[in-house]
Amino acid sequence: MEWFESGWGLSLVVFLPLIGALVVLAIPKAEEETQKWTALLFAGASFVLSVLLALRFDFGEAGTLQLGTNVDWITAINSNFHIGIDGISLPLVVLSTFITFLSIIYSWEHWPEPHNPKAFLVLILILATGMAGTFVALDLILFFVFFEVVLLPMYFMIGIWGDRNEVTLPVFNITTQMRLYAAIKFFLFTLFGSAFMLLGFLVLYFKGGRTFDMLELAANGAEGMLGSGLAVWVFAALALGFAVKVPMFPFHTWLPDAHTAAPTVGSVLLAAIMLKLGTYAFVRIAIPILPEQSQNWAPVIAILAVIGIIYASLACLAQTDMKRLIAFSSVGHMGFVMLGIATMTPIGINAAIIGMVAHGVITGLLFFLAGSMSHRYHTREMARLGGNQKLMPIMGAILGFTAMASLGLPGLAGFWGEFMALLAAFSPAAGLSTTLFRTLMVIGAVGTVLAAGYLLWMLQKVNFGDPKDEWAGHEFHDVDIFEKMAWVPLIIAIIAIGVFPRIVFGATNDAVIKLVTSAFGG
Amino acid sequence: MLQLLTNANTLILATEEGGHAAEALSDGGLLASMAWLIPVVPMVAAFAIVFYGKRMPYKGWDIAIAVMGFEALYGTALLLAHIASPIAHDFQVEIARIGSMPIEWGWTVDGLSIMMYFLVGVVGFFVFLYAKGYMEGDIRFTWFFASFTLFAGGMLVLVSAPNMIQLIVGWELVGVSSWLLIGHYWEDHYASSSAIKAMLVNKAADVGLFVGAIIVSMSVGSFRFSDILHAVEGGAAEAPLLAQFAFWGGLALFIGAMGKSAQFPFHVWLPDAMAGPTPVSALMHAATMVTAGVYLVGRMFPLYLTDGFATEVRAVIIIIGGLTLFLTGLIALVQDDIKKVLAYSTLSQLGYMTAAMGAGAYTAGLFHLFTHAFFKALLFLGAGSVIHSVHSNNMSDMGGLRKTMPWTYRTFLVGSLALAGIPLFAGFFSKDEILASLNYAIGKFSTADGGSSVATIVLILAISGAFITAFYMARTVMLTFHGEYKGQAHPHESPKIMWVPLVGLAVPSAVIGFMNWPGLTSTFTDVVGGRAVRVLDHHATEFDYLMLSFGLTAAVAGGLIGMRIWGPDKETQAARDTFRIPLLYPLLENKYYIDDLYMDGVIRPIRGPVARAINWTNGYVIDFVVNGAGLLARSVGKVVYWFDQRGVDGAIHASGAVTGAGGGMLRLLQTGKVQQYAILIFAATVILVAGLVIWF
Repeated sequence: MEWFESGWGLSLVVFLPLIGALVVLAIPKAEEETQKWTALLFAGASFVLSVLLALRFDFGEAGTLQLGTNVDWITAINSNFHIGIDGISLPLVVLSTFITFLSIIYSWEHWPEPHNPKAFLVLILILATGMAGTFVALDLILFFVFFEVVLLPMYFMIGIWGDRNEVTLPVFNITTQMRLYAAIKFFLFTLFGSAFMLLGFLVLYFKGGRTFDMLELAANGAEGMLGSGLAVWVFAALALGFAVKVPMFPFHTWLPDAHTAAPTVGSVLLAAIMLKLGTYAFVRIAIPILPEQSQNWAPVIAILAVIGIIYASLACLAQTDMKRLIAFSSVGHMGFVMLGIATMTPIGINAAIIGMVAHGVITGLLFFLAGSMSHRYHTREMARLGGNQKLMPIMGAILGFTAMASLGLPGLAGFWGEFMALLAAFSPAAGLSTTLFRTLMVIGAVGTVLAAGYLLWMLQKVNFGDPKDEWAGHEFHDVDIFEKMAWVPLIIAIIAIGVFPRIVFGATNDAVIKLVTSAFGG
Repeated sequence: MLQLLTNANTLILATEEGGHAAEALSDGGLLASMAWLIPVVPMVAAFAIVFYGKRMPYKGWDIAIAVMGFEALYGTALLLAHIASPIAHDFQVEIARIGSMPIEWGWTVDGLSIMMYFLVGVVGFFVFLYAKGYMEGDIRFTWFFASFTLFAGGMLVLVSAPNMIQLIVGWELVGVSSWLLIGHYWEDHYASSSAIKAMLVNKAADVGLFVGAIIVSMSVGSFRFSDILHAVEGGAAEAPLLAQFAFWGGLALFIGAMGKSAQFPFHVWLPDAMAGPTPVSALMHAATMVTAGVYLVGRMFPLYLTDGFATEVRAVIIIIGGLTLFLTGLIALVQDDIKKVLAYSTLSQLGYMTAAMGAGAYTAGLFHLFTHAFFKALLFLGAGSVIHSVHSNNMSDMGGLRKTMPWTYRTFLVGSLALAGIPLFAGFFSKDEILASLNYAIGKFSTADGGSSVATIVLILAISGAFITAFYMARTVMLTFHGEYKGQAHPHESPKIMWVPLVGLAVPSAVIGFMNWPGLTSTFTDVVGGRAVRVLDHHATEFDYLMLSFGLTAAVAGGLIGMRIWGPDKETQAARDTFRIPLLYPLLENKYYIDDLYMDGVIRPIRGPVARAINWTNGYVIDFVVNGAGLLARSVGKVVYWFDQRGVDGAIHASGAVTGAGGGMLRLLQTGKVQQYAILIFAATVILVAGLVIWF
């Protein structure tokens, strides 16, 4: 097993889906069954290997980067293929392979129009490589490549299989199809952020000792080499890039459009994994390499995070489209994650990571549900739904369960991230204003009430009451076998993490403590 | 209110009397070390009922009743063992560690939790028994018992919690299962709205619970109650951080308690919770859920009682309790719906408990919680039996039922007498103890700056409340059971499965007050006082005859006047009941307009204009910038493209061929220009970087 632990295992987790994509590409278009099985095989193998990695992972040394490798890659710019995982990235790697695998199961009989399983599967598999790769990369250029790899497949996914309804842009009065608008908005927004991020990376390289290696940059004190005048701007550039991806208020407006327009699996992957690339980057790159600036900017981040919580929750209350409501709720949940990170404390960052994982499984499931329901009702307008609990009891029950998880019900996964982020805000890192953070703690807690509000009212509109007359005589198929196979593991994960949070904290805690100590000192 | 709060500093009680030392506590042996079964069994059973209930002979009720039987037996066994030899057992197992703080699951077995195990188990058992008859034929019979078991389980998780985290878990489980139960008839919009109302009001108060739990736990550095309370025991000098934040922590926790225990102004959810099936009301408003807030204050009692910590908060507690007991009691007078009468009565009695806690009377507050649970469950079940029989909630459709429903009548009467505080019935002892404690508190409060007058006002409210309670119960009994039948149905006694539990609850409602007969017994005091921490507390060792005479006079007068007014004559009853006192009646009828204030002042604006404004901002402000920038970029792109076309025709064609080879994808997208923007942006980046590097 030596080869497995010396980087090959991790590389396989990352690149198996990409190989799978190439294989699927080679299969004739008509042979859909073969394509599906191939994709499932590669995604499944990637998932199984990631679980094996977790089993081989030394939790006693969770703060150390393990199971990775560091080989020359682009020697001209001293960029290496440096990968590895610690307790912070491990849960996210497993999450991404897990969700990808479930997405392929779900897709089995749920192909969005225009039907083209081959292309769709290829895109999912490329996405999988990009996502997992981002979580294991320890070299800025490598990170950047993975970070950008996810962009194009998602762009095509939204643009081709997305929502075909017309949308008119406010003020400019331009009418276009939702999918086109959302795809371009998503692409350009992210690219805009990435440009700044790359800018930051390059400055770090040129001024921070001619290396792209995250560990070296942190260890060499790259921040000191930059000088505080430049470091402020480097942090701002990086943060902007990450914040767009998270997304943080006010850079969030691509999200509701992209999530709403994307096909079901696209929304799931976006919400469950891609949003975490930004928050993960804050933890992995911004804090270790630029600790002082992180601390300087923390109040700004925390304030924006809490504005995001309240703003998104209020926006949710105004939504009439179920999927758009769920999309907006993501902005609020990521607000809690960012609040946790902004406290710069072990508790806060732990909260952030469990928040990411929990949001991944919960909102992933919510988007699956929203997709399956709109597939059956051919509408996402909540005003036209109602009595779903009567028409599709199992679907309704799962929706109710997931909504409860999403509002942070203790005992389910969502609670830990929210509560612990608030807990951390009570005593943020030394040097941060306790008054500010405690105020934010209370405002954030109010956000949980609003979250309960929009979710309960959503359930009332969708699930309760009697079905509308327009559905009389319709036969609705309740949850089918593929949906069950994709959703039950998520439900189990939601309960398991809720009851036994060590599943995540057990990996993260030591790693986070080490990260915080090495960034800010004992 | 402000004046009252500034007086708070003087509301510090001397607490030299009573008190239960930590000596002579046993670890409870096997009984206590297996007590984890108490919360775990119902949680597991709830899932078992969902998945297997329909295959059981009694559709899942059998599992539920077995569980509650187990709880009742276990609770009784623990109570007896505790009376024999006080138990304080605390076990926690670490399930994760965050920073340096462990997160733990566990269970606690001490006087306070044993009292609750017993209460939830016994009352729950009778309610579950009854519910089989009441819910017979319900389309979601199995589901009902699953959520009902979850509800009881949530309460037991809460009660068994040895730390803040588990308390919050149980707390929210109770909240969510109450949402399920209140909204059981979810086809009905009123039911689902009432369910949401209950959960949102509770969630709003939970902001207090969360903030309070965070403040208290973080300033001690542990979620464990034992650590927190021992820190309190050490005194302000030993726990300076906790002392510094104790006021805010204690206040915030009490706000959380106000939600579950439906204290003014968070009381609005409770009357609407009557939309749920009657057994739910019986359990929710007697032994579970509404007791959670009082329980929390009891659990954290040393924090509120120890000098240098949150003693000032008790001023808030006593005032809130006094307001609640009086204001909501009045509303009960004008209700026609029999369940609503009981609901407002519950609010009023919860006010008594809270006021007692505020007065520093740990025993009195919990004793009333204890007795109230029995007789209020009994009254709700009796009301349910009547409703089941006459198919109406309204007392204007009832009357004369004592002949047709003898068992329901007799037991309801016992409950009413207990609630009214008629001597020897359970409520008499507990209410009297509260009045005595309030009176005692007056003497302990400083008279210099009005502290004692606050307590005096609350005492007067409490005595008036005794009159009001007896009065509305007399009205309820008369309108329901006396006089002549006014409805259209054919009333009949409920089946045995329903009236047997009534008898089962009537017995404790009659006799359980003897547990604390001043001068004779102090069993209850010893039970709830048997804890690992000292819960210093005043407990009356003999009757306070002045208060006894006041309370008794008020109760008897209230009862007699009530019976006189709503006499047995059908016409008189109807005439008297439709009599409206100007100004006062509309005020009570509209519940002091508080619901309207919340609805029109908070909920509707937030759901309507505020939410829409935010959504508008999203589309018209933020996206205006975004779309504007995008369109501008596109225009620039067009110019560049134009140059491109003219300049390097061949190259562009070649790249077009490449993109074309990418398949139908790009054509479907109708725009191939994205890559060009991308190139532009990257070019700009590189130039910027080059500039920066040269510049610095």
